[in-house]
Amino acid sequence: MKRLTHLQRLEAESIHIMREVASEAQKPVMLYSIGKDSAVMLHLAKKAFYPSPPPFPLMHVDTTWKFRDMYALREKSAQDAGMELIVWQNPEAAERGINPFDHGPLHTDMWKTEGLKQALNHHGFDAAFGGARRDEEKSRAKERIFSFRTASHGWDPKSQRPELWNLYNARKNKGESIRVFPLSNWTELDIWQYIMAERIEIVPLYLSAKRPTVERDGLLLMVDDERFRLAEGEEPVMRSIRFRTLGCYPLTGAVESEADTLEAVVQEMLLTTTSERQGRAIDKDEGGAGMEKKKQEGYF
Amino acid sequence: MADQSPSQELASDPVYKTDALIAEDISAYLDQHQNKGLLRFITCGSVDDGKSTLIGRLLYDSKMIFEDQLAALEADSKRVGTQGQEIDFALLVDGLAAEREQGITIDVAYRFFSTEKRKFIVADTPGHEQYTRNMVTGASTADLAVILIDARKGVLPQTRRHSFLAHLIGIRHLVLAVNKMDLVDYDQSTFEHIVADYRSFASEIGIEDFTAIPISGFKGDNITAGTDGAPSDNTPWYDGPSLIEHLETVPIEATRAQGQAFRMPVQWVNRPNLDFRGFSGLIAAGSVQQGDRVRIVPSGKTSAVKSIVTMPKLSERGASGEIEDAVAGESVTLVLEDEVDCSRGSVIASAEDPPETADQFEANIVWMSDEDLIPGRAYWLKLATQTVSASIAQPKYEIDINSLEHLAAKTLSLNGIGVAEVTTDRPITFESYAKSRTLGGFILIDKMTNATVGAGMINFSLRRAQNVHWQSVDISREQHAGLKNQKPAVLWFTGLSGSGKSTIANAVEKRLNRMNRHTFLLDGDNVRHGLNKDLGFTEADRIENIRRVGEVAKLMTNAGLIVLTAFISPFRAERRMVREMLPEGEFIEVFVDTPLQVAEARDEKGLYAKARSGQLKNFTGIDSPYEAPENAEIRIDTTRMSPDEAAVLIVDKLLGDV
Repeated sequence: MKRLTHLQRLEAESIHIMREVASEAQKPVMLYSIGKDSAVMLHLAKKAFYPSPPPFPLMHVDTTWKFRDMYALREKSAQDAGMELIVWQNPEAAERGINPFDHGPLHTDMWKTEGLKQALNHHGFDAAFGGARRDEEKSRAKERIFSFRTASHGWDPKSQRPELWNLYNARKNKGESIRVFPLSNWTELDIWQYIMAERIEIVPLYLSAKRPTVERDGLLLMVDDERFRLAEGEEPVMRSIRFRTLGCYPLTGAVESEADTLEAVVQEMLLTTTSERQGRAIDKDEGGAGMEKKKQEGYF
Repeated sequence: MADQSPSQELASDPVYKTDALIAEDISAYLDQHQNKGLLRFITCGSVDDGKSTLIGRLLYDSKMIFEDQLAALEADSKRVGTQGQEIDFALLVDGLAAEREQGITIDVAYRFFSTEKRKFIVADTPGHEQYTRNMVTGASTADLAVILIDARKGVLPQTRRHSFLAHLIGIRHLVLAVNKMDLVDYDQSTFEHIVADYRSFASEIGIEDFTAIPISGFKGDNITAGTDGAPSDNTPWYDGPSLIEHLETVPIEATRAQGQAFRMPVQWVNRPNLDFRGFSGLIAAGSVQQGDRVRIVPSGKTSAVKSIVTMPKLSERGASGEIEDAVAGESVTLVLEDEVDCSRGSVIASAEDPPETADQFEANIVWMSDEDLIPGRAYWLKLATQTVSASIAQPKYEIDINSLEHLAAKTLSLNGIGVAEVTTDRPITFESYAKSRTLGGFILIDKMTNATVGAGMINFSLRRAQNVHWQSVDISREQHAGLKNQKPAVLWFTGLSGSGKSTIANAVEKRLNRMNRHTFLLDGDNVRHGLNKDLGFTEADRIENIRRVGEVAKLMTNAGLIVLTAFISPFRAERRMVREMLPEGEFIEVFVDTPLQVAEARDEKGLYAKARSGQLKNFTGIDSPYEAPENAEIRIDTTRMSPDEAAVLIVDKLLGDV
């Protein structure tokens, strides 16, 4: 008897899910956010179809405000995987100059939520892989692996299909689409362990280094480029920081840390006492129902 | 105790995550956790049994709740909690806003925690009677079920229900968690009485074994082993394992499957270039080694495994990525020695012990849709990587999940469970569910809405497909048609009662006859005097009526005839079923479009009057729906066209197409 470890079981499950989608969807796409979960998802896709390249493109719904290190890794990863890279930037948001400094929640809504809908409609994708995990947030715990969206990309928690065994129903009517979450059953620790075991390349920002920062509303922000608007008298300070999640750099809080190896990062994570999404502003709206509401509107 | 705040009390025992090791030697810790196993289990019970509290406790004890979540939880508990000033763990696990408002859990939620030995995935399923569907869903992937009982209440109808469902879905390991022991003063005889009660019920339904543990989710008794490895001080009379210890050691289903004959349903054919052809899939049972003889089912061809391919690790660049063996639970790609017929839906299996194929089964069916099962209607059936068209016969019986009695049933409604015959339109590769969840479990999908409407578990096949051979005949349908100098077709007239179907069909047949065409008219009323005299007008009978007419029409087209049928045939799904029976282009749907008020005004047979007065039930247009065709080949508007004009149009269309 060979005893499979939890990582081997999770890997096999994710690969099975991806192959089902490749077989049953007409035009699948993998959404790629350049974060650590995306990196793991992309690695699993490479494994699932090896020696073929994954039979779908990689798509980044860009806000133009990601960290520079993220853009650099994006190009390299797509090339390494032998996949077509599609970058979508909401033209309307670009035209109106939507940015995180002036527009608050509208920034996320226009670039990400609207941008994603536009990109899926524009390319006619009927299935989109996303790297969300059920352990991230309360409403995610009930999300199916195959999550159905109406033609307007809405999510109705009451009309989701029951998912039995590992049988996924990918049938849908014209206009409807599916979001598929192959990492549903992974936890943050699983992700880190897998990154270490498989030596998956991730954005260096996850590891600690001296970086220019300012402190605002209790968040430690990194001044990643010249677009960052400093308040009067505000002076970037070099601090030893790293990031637990990556998003738009002016909206993503860093933590002060000396952890500059993966082991040290995991060590800090295990000893820490605050949950992962705390560094992001997105969950704080609408009381506890922030993410659920965003999903009903079509956010990933 | 009473004046202590709950968070202090709960925080007092940091349990099974070895903080010290993390801080001192993270590499050692990671090595240890790298090799954990994975166990999936479900918890069954209602909020009243303390289920959410137990799950909250497991998450809390394994530090899956962070400080900020705990702070939010304390605030929420005071605001909307049901535990007064104490922490209400139910809030932690009741995810969606709608649920929080209603105070119920409406779906399956998945939670994660881990100990040093295992990672756990918990399917948290609600205990309400109407949510059988959710429990079956959560249980379908579980190795173990924790059945929660409130020590003050003992074995309740819902306990039986949950145990029955867990057993039905094939869970081999049951834990009877007798909770809230703190509220019965940790009384041994209370516990033993409940266990004895449960044992007599369990053996009745065929549960051979279970593990009973006295616990308190709220106080933490016997959840984890105490520091000295002994049970809780409050239950000195109990010498079994704590809940966590039991979960850490119970055998895992995937490991058990390794001992069976090799099975791998093919998901995807991997063909990057002409030199490589691999078959990708998740191994469902057994193990495979390079050189093993395998049989491809259904083709029956044998070959040998040339290589087992995975992606080489980055650290091993240049390596082939080939591995020597693989076992149940692994996703791999197999390359075979020979060019064999193998594609998605095929099963690669042990050459000596392959699975069977059949097209008729007896199965347990769990119905999961608001719309009742319609016996005879064609649904998609997905089993492993095979998707076929299938119909379910009228159930042999339905199981009352409270009394476990077998009841007579004509259909199954939402959350209904019954036993029925399933017929597929072509043979599928299968095993009994008792032997294999992968090759014995299936889902049913509505062909119109694409919703998953049911799930099934195969008990056995009713006839081996290979026993019913299709007798090949020497004179082909083309030869039959050629002799008659015509192309066979079915002109399928559909419309309300009194719309003019029979009249127009008659006119068309007369016209064709004069043109020396060989035709036959199947009329609804006439067929019901003979072939279908045993059928009534319920939805199920109407479907069977149409199915038989479809089969007869198909035989007649094989004989080269042009068949005209005049049936109300109110449901789209059945008209589509007949369309799919015939070769492309031979089914011509003629929609005789007469508004209800016009048909009712004609009422030549006086049927509408009877239906209106309630003497006739299930009358189309009155108390049974008519689903008009969306894309009929021919539409006849009888308010603007006489029967003869319609006949000319139809004949022109038919022969113009020839």
